[in-house]
Amino acid sequence: MHAIEIRGLSKDYPVGFWKKKLRPALKSLDLTVAVGEAFGFLGPNGAGKTTTLKLLMGIIFPSSGTARILGQHYLDPAIKKKIGFLPEQPYFYDYLSAPELLGYYAQLSGMPALERSKRIGAVLERVGLGDAGNKQLRKFSKGMLQRVGIAQAIIHDPEVVFLDEPMSGLDPLGRHEIRELMQSLKDEGKTIFFSTHILSDAEALCDRVGVIHKGELRDVGVVNDLRSNVAGKSEVIFEGAHASAKVADLLSESHITGETVRAIVQSNDLDLLLEKLRHHRARLIAVTPLQGTLEDYFLAKTSEKTASEAVRP
Amino acid sequence: MTSRLSAITLNTFREAVRDRVLYNLVLFVLLLVACAPLFGQISIGLERLILVNVGLSSMSLFGVIIAIFVGIGLVSKEIEKKTLYTILSRPVRRWEFIVGKYFGLLMTLIVNTGLMTVGFYVALIITAHGLTRADALLLVAIYFIILQFMVMVALTLLFSTFSTPIFSAIFAFALFVIGTFAEDLKNFAALSQGASKWLASAAAYLVPNLASLNIISQAAHEHAVSGSLVLMNTVYAVLYSAAATTAAVLIFERRNLK
Repeated sequence: MHAIEIRGLSKDYPVGFWKKKLRPALKSLDLTVAVGEAFGFLGPNGAGKTTTLKLLMGIIFPSSGTARILGQHYLDPAIKKKIGFLPEQPYFYDYLSAPELLGYYAQLSGMPALERSKRIGAVLERVGLGDAGNKQLRKFSKGMLQRVGIAQAIIHDPEVVFLDEPMSGLDPLGRHEIRELMQSLKDEGKTIFFSTHILSDAEALCDRVGVIHKGELRDVGVVNDLRSNVAGKSEVIFEGAHASAKVADLLSESHITGETVRAIVQSNDLDLLLEKLRHHRARLIAVTPLQGTLEDYFLAKTSEKTASEAVRP
Repeated sequence: MTSRLSAITLNTFREAVRDRVLYNLVLFVLLLVACAPLFGQISIGLERLILVNVGLSSMSLFGVIIAIFVGIGLVSKEIEKKTLYTILSRPVRRWEFIVGKYFGLLMTLIVNTGLMTVGFYVALIITAHGLTRADALLLVAIYFIILQFMVMVALTLLFSTFSTPIFSAIFAFALFVIGTFAEDLKNFAALSQGASKWLASAAAYLVPNLASLNIISQAAHEHAVSGSLVLMNTVYAVLYSAAATTAAVLIFERRNLK
């Protein structure tokens, strides 16, 4: 059983004066997330990340497709007891105090009164708001509100936590604190699905990431694999300066120090280069695949044409 | 289900209290008690009549204004501020949210009216130097005012599920005014011919009959109110508000929340 299983989920919005044209916000998304996995949903602003989360939360309805969470239909009220959600830049009832807000959400999640009162204090401590007291939320800073947001998402001890841009708008300290909180949730075995456009956060926390752009899922994979895929280049070090001129057309860059040549080659051309180097009797010292950054990968994926663009003449 | 409904109801009530909506009643009570001795001076022999008319009409108007101004934001504010996102991601059905909001605002208005009633009776005692049996009849008029609130809250909530706050307020006020003259609309329908008769009749039955829920003048003149009128008005208000709330639920169930 997957924690999250999305099948062909798409969302079109009618646009124009007569609302007859459709603008796709999400195009037939297929995605699975394993139980206990931390999955990062990456994409630039307007890529379809929030649309996906809103669909999964039942805030908007899909044009087609469906999803299952922990094996049950995603709109089943029973499954909603097992999920927590933090919207992007959340706003909460500012006339409530943090314990009142958590009490309200816990009651909506069906927690018994006795359990509620025990859990509220524990969760507030956990997110670092143990001393917030009865201060109304209107007096909270942005960082404190974000922590309240995480607290409301986990107050009922959910198995799957959805977080929409949890670090957006926070200062470095705030981001670090939220990242620590997410790491602790991951360590507890919770499934985390979070959207972000801050790649370092995804790199630090995620087992796998998916890149979405213009409503289309471009790629999904393990962070390390994706980074090496995108690099697509290898560093080749060999002795034999004479040979470098013969293979110059294969090298994207090269530096010669005495007889030693350090060259960068596209991975596709690696076999050919090695063959030529043997032929020209150069001595191979090292071949190292270059590790790209997640940013390289992200930029590569978001600059690729969409499927619909690709078929256009 | 009841736990979720009561949570939403109480939170709506709490919001109104903390947003100081109920502070209007302090003003109302103070004004009424302060003005009570003046009624005797400006209207010899009619002080009770004037106090009842002014007091109950103000209660009704204050309540309708609160019903409309709080009601128009009940759903739209939750969508605009995205607080609804965290509610719908929980095991809360959309109809529970709407019904909870309805009861929350109604509860605010009932508490508001209850406190105003206390102030009103204090002013009455000051003016008339005591209470008579006829003054108990005023409670029926106040009960009918609450029935008006039931209807107006449901209508405002209905508008707030599909319209902007400004348009919701305009629609609700328009219906309140038309509803106050519902009996005249019926009379107009009776006198009309052909298509206009049908149109006027349809409009007369569609708009809330707030005229029949207003017995302030009758109560001021100490005219008795029949038990059947109380029953009929209660059934009417319950059915009308249930229909409007159901329509609100049906619209909201299908709505994509941006």
